[in-house]
Amino acid sequence: MSRIGVFLCHCGTNIAATVDMTRLAEATKELPGVVYVEENKYMCSEPGQQAVKQSIIDRGIDRIVIASCSPRMHELTFRKMLTDTSVNPYMLEIANIREQCSWVHKDKEAGTKKAIDLVRMAVAKVDRNAPLFTSEIPITKRALVIGGGIAGIQAALDIADAGFPVTLVEKEPSIGGKMVMLDKTFPTMDCSACICAPKMNDVGAHPNIEIMSLSEVEEVTGYVGNFTVTIRQKAKYIDYDLCTGCGLCEQKCPSKVTSEYERGLAKRKAVYKPFAQAVPSKPIIDAKNCRKFTEDRCGVCEKLCTVNAIRFDDEDKLVTLEYGAVIIATGYELIDWTSLYGEYGAGAYPDVIDGLTFERIINASGPTEGHIVRPSDGKEPKTVVMIKCVGSRDPHKGKAYCSRACCMYGAKHAHQFLDKIADGECYVFYMDVRAMGKGYDEFYMNTLQDGATYIRGRVAKIYPEGDKYICIGEDTISSKIVTVSADLVVLDTAMEPQESADAIGRLFGVSRDLDGWLTEAHPKLRPVETNTAGVYLAGTAQGPKDIPDCVAQASAAAAKVIGMFCLKALESNPMISVVDEINCRGCGDCVDVCPYKAIAMETVERRENSVWVTRDIAVINSGLCQGCGACTASCKSSALDLLGFTNEQILQEVDALCL
Amino acid sequence: MDTIDLSASRAKHKRSTEAVASAAGVNLKDCYQCGKCSAGCPVTHAMDVMPREVIRLMQLGAWDEVLDAKTPWLCASCITCVTRCPQDVDLPSLMEEVRRASKAAGNRPVKEADVFNDLFLKGIYQSGKSNELYMMMKYNLASGHLFQDMFNAPHLMLKGMVGFKVHGVKDKADVRRIIDKCLGGEAS
Repeated sequence: MSRIGVFLCHCGTNIAATVDMTRLAEATKELPGVVYVEENKYMCSEPGQQAVKQSIIDRGIDRIVIASCSPRMHELTFRKMLTDTSVNPYMLEIANIREQCSWVHKDKEAGTKKAIDLVRMAVAKVDRNAPLFTSEIPITKRALVIGGGIAGIQAALDIADAGFPVTLVEKEPSIGGKMVMLDKTFPTMDCSACICAPKMNDVGAHPNIEIMSLSEVEEVTGYVGNFTVTIRQKAKYIDYDLCTGCGLCEQKCPSKVTSEYERGLAKRKAVYKPFAQAVPSKPIIDAKNCRKFTEDRCGVCEKLCTVNAIRFDDEDKLVTLEYGAVIIATGYELIDWTSLYGEYGAGAYPDVIDGLTFERIINASGPTEGHIVRPSDGKEPKTVVMIKCVGSRDPHKGKAYCSRACCMYGAKHAHQFLDKIADGECYVFYMDVRAMGKGYDEFYMNTLQDGATYIRGRVAKIYPEGDKYICIGEDTISSKIVTVSADLVVLDTAMEPQESADAIGRLFGVSRDLDGWLTEAHPKLRPVETNTAGVYLAGTAQGPKDIPDCVAQASAAAAKVIGMFCLKALESNPMISVVDEINCRGCGDCVDVCPYKAIAMETVERRENSVWVTRDIAVINSGLCQGCGACTASCKSSALDLLGFTNEQILQEVDALCL
Repeated sequence: MDTIDLSASRAKHKRSTEAVASAAGVNLKDCYQCGKCSAGCPVTHAMDVMPREVIRLMQLGAWDEVLDAKTPWLCASCITCVTRCPQDVDLPSLMEEVRRASKAAGNRPVKEADVFNDLFLKGIYQSGKSNELYMMMKYNLASGHLFQDMFNAPHLMLKGMVGFKVHGVKDKADVRRIIDKCLGGEAS
């Protein structure tokens, strides 16, 4: 016979105001197995916990029910409390009479009745609890960082500096991401390359970091502390062990292609380094545009290479490595506004460009060496219109969310334009100015002093007239329709998740929100963790952010990884599914429903009824199982049971409520 | 409603709006259109555009609309707005400069305000003090509102608030010098 102690928390007046605690205590005393009931104003407080411990000793209690707030709030607190008592930490049930009762009800009578029901259910359940024990999981102390933008770079450096090896996987030929394309960064106007490139070099030279450029994650198995990841290293057609990065091949290559890095404003060669400060500082061959591959001619690079590093027969390589933790920093892409905004010309007007293209135009190392010119005719624009929220805050055509960085880079563009072109006019059409970072509003105010005219309203239409673009909008502040004859129009377009985010999310069991951003475990309290243990998020993979926020989040994710790597071993969660091998009929339904890929089918030979039989049964990977219970609900033969939430326990609860 | 061609109006009026603003010691770029001035203004009930809008129109270079607006002429210069302004924009001074520029362009959207202003300054210029009774008479004649406030006169006289005696200051020349210096001789 179990000896149950029930502890009723008033939570100040949070619970006691809506639940009649005396009546609750009296009803609880009548429940089967309950040997002791105690009330306390704050059960979670030190005196409250002491009282529980003392009564365990005094009354010989072997399992407890705490009627208080949500288990999400204090279940761990009370489990910890039980570790130095005779009661197993899992011989505990929480009856949530706050969030699910007192906070949502006003009627004290009904609230009290519901609280009694909730406590009765918890008592019935705890009666069938069994002690559970954690076990140790070893940790492979190597981290995988996916994405070599500023977030990935920062996370990799932080982990490597702490002394742990890191693999940085980047799908492009060089790390650096979007930040290295920018000219300057708000609000301090640091040269972006000057602060990003040294970090890239640090990554390249760090003894603990291995960069895998032009690579993508292909397959993931395992669980926290022990992931096995297969990475596809795409063919670069150049032997990086031999290549010195002298650049002769690039110089002599006859094939010219539009440069992705320069946003189509310049050409690159078929054998190329995307930009001067690229890391690794070695070229790759773009097989789609190389004449050796397309026409089987040329091969000039091979002839000229002094170290014979050209490998036209290079192939994709698959590398499989073990990792203890993963940071996903896959970043963002700009929305394709041309397919959405016909009213802005749908891409037909060469001088209507996006913000990233403008960054290349004003960049001193860009195709125009920082001279602001129109892409169409190379003339210096005198009147520039910037349009914010193109694709952002537009649920009809684009995204409902705010892309967060555009207000500030829009202000920065206006400032830079007015700085470089003294007699220029700059008009910024905006909906709101969201400048909530440190020093951000001051920057925006300075931009106004520079002479930028901010007009509250969206541009309704852009049409060409001569070599000008007429922008029509309403100044909603003065309720006047205004037109501007612009030489250049810059659209501050929305950020959206990288296309690869979907595949990455699936590989690691990380869910995505409605807009496709990878979701964190808790929006406030677990912002860099995901629901898959050991997988963390950094940068814009999680949602739109500016550089300071990306770096902060990357360091936070790195700190989580370092913290884990500093442990000797991980403690496993004992509340996982178990298979009753005799009842398992091998249908495999549980394998399909498991969101964590924790169940596999295995063929076993076993003796049943004195006969050897061969059949399939489900096997749970205890490291991967997160205890969600999806498999137990799907199992038709009730062969699966979730420890801590066994079928028997749940039926007991149902009986307690309904019978 | 007319559309404002910003590129054109800027090119045409940028200099005049900025000259007027700088004469008033106001930087038009300072105003971020929060509307606190309009919300606290005691005269908005009579205005055709809000005080805030006067600045907005000037920011956009819509100078013709500013010249046509009654608002600058109705401003009582009570300085409630500038006292409360988060950006310290001296709106009453700006209104004053707009009135002067407007008048110079032959524009008087509120004739009475202009008449009153001129007579008041003239009176001070002559005697160093405002003599209300004569001021009222002259205003009624000049504005054409012959009987305005006339029935208040006996009551005010009985109370000794206004009278036929002309008051003045000792050194009228000093007062005239001050006014001349301020207005560049406009009042005389």
